Amino acid sequence: MAKIVKRKDLAAEVVLMELEAPEIAKKRKPGQFIILRVNEQGERIPLTIADSDPDAGTITIIFQVVGKTTMQLRDLHEGDKIADLAGPLGTATHIKNFGTAVAIGGGVGTAVIYPIAKGLKEAGNNLISIIGARTKNLLILTDEMEKISNRLIVATDDGSFGVNGFVTDVLKQIIDEGIKPDIIYAIGPLPMMKAVANATRPLGIKTIVSLNPIMIDGTGMCGGCRVTVNNQTKFACVDGPEFDAHQVDFDNLGQRLKVYNHQEKESCKIFG
Amino acid sequence: MAAEQKEHKAKKEKIARQDMPEQKPDVRKRNFDEVPFGYTPELAQKEAQRCLQCKRPSCVEGCPVNINIPAFIKLIAEGKFTEAARKIKEENALPAVCGRVCPQEAQCEGNCILGAKGKDKPVAIGNLERFAADWEREHKEVTVPQIKDATHKRVAVVGSGPAGLTVAGELRKFGHEVTVFEALHKSGGVLVYGIPEFRLPKSIVQSEVDYLSKMGIKIVNNYIVGNTRTVDELFADGYDAIFVGSGAGAPMFLNIPGENLNGVFSANEYLTRSNLMKAYKFPEYDTPIIKGKRVATIGGGNVAMDSARTALRLGADESYIVYRRSMNELPARIAEVHHAEQEGINFKILTLPTRIIGDENGFVKGIECQKMELGEPDESGRRRPVPVKGSEFILDVDTVVVAIGNTPNPLIPSTTPDIKTTKYGTIIAEEGSGLTTKSKVFAGGDVVTGAATVILAMGAGKKAAKAIDDMLKS
Ligand SMILES: Cc1cc2nc3c(=O)[nH]c(=O)nc-3n(C[C@H](O)[C@H](O)[C@H](O)COP(=O)(O)OP(=O)(O)OC[C@H]3O[C@@H](n4cnc5c(N)ncnc54)[C@H](O)[C@@H]3O)c2cc1C
Ligand SMILES: Cc1cc2nc3c(=O)[nH]c(=O)nc-3n(C[C@H](O)[C@H](O)[C@H](O)COP(=O)(O)OP(=O)(O)OC[C@H]3O[C@@H](n4cnc5c(N)ncnc54)[C@H](O)[C@@H]3O)c2cc1C
Ligand code: SF4
Ligand code: SF4
Ligand code: FES
Repeated sequence: MAKIVKRKDLAAEVVLMELEAPEIAKKRKPGQFIILRVNEQGERIPLTIADSDPDAGTITIIFQVVGKTTMQLRDLHEGDKIADLAGPLGTATHIKNFGTAVAIGGGVGTAVIYPIAKGLKEAGNNLISIIGARTKNLLILTDEMEKISNRLIVATDDGSFGVNGFVTDVLKQIIDEGIKPDIIYAIGPLPMMKAVANATRPLGIKTIVSLNPIMIDGTGMCGGCRVTVNNQTKFACVDGPEFDAHQVDFDNLGQRLKVYNHQEKESCKIFG
Repeated sequence: MAAEQKEHKAKKEKIARQDMPEQKPDVRKRNFDEVPFGYTPELAQKEAQRCLQCKRPSCVEGCPVNINIPAFIKLIAEGKFTEAARKIKEENALPAVCGRVCPQEAQCEGNCILGAKGKDKPVAIGNLERFAADWEREHKEVTVPQIKDATHKRVAVVGSGPAGLTVAGELRKFGHEVTVFEALHKSGGVLVYGIPEFRLPKSIVQSEVDYLSKMGIKIVNNYIVGNTRTVDELFADGYDAIFVGSGAGAPMFLNIPGENLNGVFSANEYLTRSNLMKAYKFPEYDTPIIKGKRVATIGGGNVAMDSARTALRLGADESYIVYRRSMNELPARIAEVHHAEQEGINFKILTLPTRIIGDENGFVKGIECQKMELGEPDESGRRRPVPVKGSEFILDVDTVVVAIGNTPNPLIPSTTPDIKTTKYGTIIAEEGSGLTTKSKVFAGGDVVTGAATVILAMGAGKKAAKAIDDMLKS
């Protein structure tokens, strides 16, 4: 059982929670995630550890409401408990001073990139952050990202805030300005990550993405999270979730994410 | 007198081996309830009377933990069922499990003198063991054993499979403080996530776990040693010894084209979804599974049988076992193969999958296979299957389950470099004690042997408990 000590709506259907998890809070590193189960009938779902407070013994998760489990989670209150919480899982981000680092977050991917960006900044990188969303009221963590970045550029698809366009457009712009990133981290919807990979491949800029396949155990036991990287099969929960963007087979991942579309819709419909 | 004895013996041989009543194949293949109902007391006593009470019982030698088989069978014959269960428990803490899942034909029953003569069948030792254990549990006769005075020594056990549960129970009896750390949200290891409900009801595993809790063992779920805390950090927390029983839980794949298509599962994933997450009760339970209409399971062991039979219960019209050797080489328990055949599993033997074919949306639509024939014997003495040229054909299926084996998860050795492993990834441990290359760290079960059996994991746990106790006392 893990207690919800704080709950806050960040944007439309994007919720932040602080959960009591003293051991995980002590141990976790940027890039790692947890797996939780809301109740006895619940599914196990992975969520990134967006932040932690080892002294308070809490971790922060930020999730977008997309299906039944995240709806159930959304409806919980401060003081409620969730049935199971395990972690920290996955390989931590390899963080060092690369020089100039660009952190790109799309949608709720900003929650996943935030701890990594923070780590990169603390390691001494010149950190340029780009965050984007479809529209203004879906933007999250703009203040937090502003605080840790040397430079932050915000973009919206509809131009309701910041640059009018995609994060890839912004990336191209800053490269045209003459900035030479030593490394790029891009986390967001699959099409966004694929677009970034395609943009940086010809330029030879090392690019890392964090993949979000369907998981169960998160410990390397089921192989359900397998992804194709450099024509090899990898288990994202233990070998990742971060991989070299230029080697990821995004189409295979996109296809695997649709396996249960039908059942997921059914679950949501019954849940109402 | 001599004549009387002879007559007595002859009468004994007349009793045929008593089958357990079970659900009819066409009914059970559509539900997840346990297949056999178990013996009635009458059937159990009748079967028990078949035992010759051998002076030098060969059956006992066949049992990896040397249960006093004639003694417990005699108690059943006398109607002392609870006493029989306690007799078994002197050597085996999980008789309700072992009676159901041990490969008896290769162990106790394979060595029974009655079967050796060829004319008769061996005593149904497994069925009787199960009966005694079920009786004791169902009649609430299970009592918590005597626990020795507190030694104030603390032992951490990693993994709650048969090895970990056994170590924990034994060490607790010796008076040590024991904490079991389990990665998953439920305890029992393969017994809960792998072996299906229709073969081993989860309530039985749960009652064994509850029993350990009653003995004062602390079980911490959702705790991944290596991630949540490493072995060295556990020592820093004040544990005096650590037992690693983390099993062989990492699935192997075939490495053939198409394995990452939608509808291809490792047996671990398929069974975990169905058993641990109760996907067969979707949408009451949230975890989905593909309920394929035509399912192919690749492999021939218990894991493959469990997967193929699960597929039927999830509603498959056709469930195939695709195995590259012949029926004689199937490594599964005889009882499982028999049950699978009764339920109409379609065995495609001497068949090797070479490619999985997908449709335009990335879902499985078939497997390309090649026929095999048996050639010269290989190192294992089994005749090596060799492909028959030009024999390729396509099996029309929508779901594929890969059940070709599991290896140990590398997490613990990779976070504890002084625990050395073999090239197969199994932890190197001393025969007998289970001591690893790291001081005060012991290991046993599948993580040491590679995927094996419940009873061997328990046997290893028992020996390690003794060695740990000796170490803690000195
Ligand atoms: C390592 C990792 C980190 C993640 N971090 C975050 C995060 O910080 N914030 C966030 O909002 N989301 C994150 N996700 C995605 C999140 O896990 C899914 O959105 C969530 O599982 C959806 O569950 P649901 O029942 O609400 O929706 P469903 O209706 O079940 O599914 C909606 C979508 O989520 C995907 N999904 C479903 N079940 C799972 C599962 N068990 N594991 C993974 N994906 C699944 C499906 O492909 C589907 O497209 C992360 C995923 C991974 C693998
Ligand atoms: C489907 C299937 C059917 C089988 N059928 C039979 C049968 O009929 N008869 C038979 O005798 N045998 C059978 N077996 C084999 C038998 O189940 C195993 O040999 C036995 O369970 C091994 O026991 P164990 O304690 O070594 O490991 P496991 O049962 O694998 O338990 C290991 C436990 O450790 C946990 N763990 C792993 N890593 C960590 C970590 N880092 N931190 C915390 N916890 C961790 C795992 O989650 C798991 O719960 C079957 C196996 C499978 C998969
Ligand atoms: S533990 Fe297994 S091998 Fe031993 S007697 Fe029981 S069923 Fe037979
Ligand atoms: S070998 Fe068979 S007949 Fe003899 S004691 Fe064992 S079970 Fe009984
Ligand atoms: S989630 Fe099961 S192996 Fe990765």
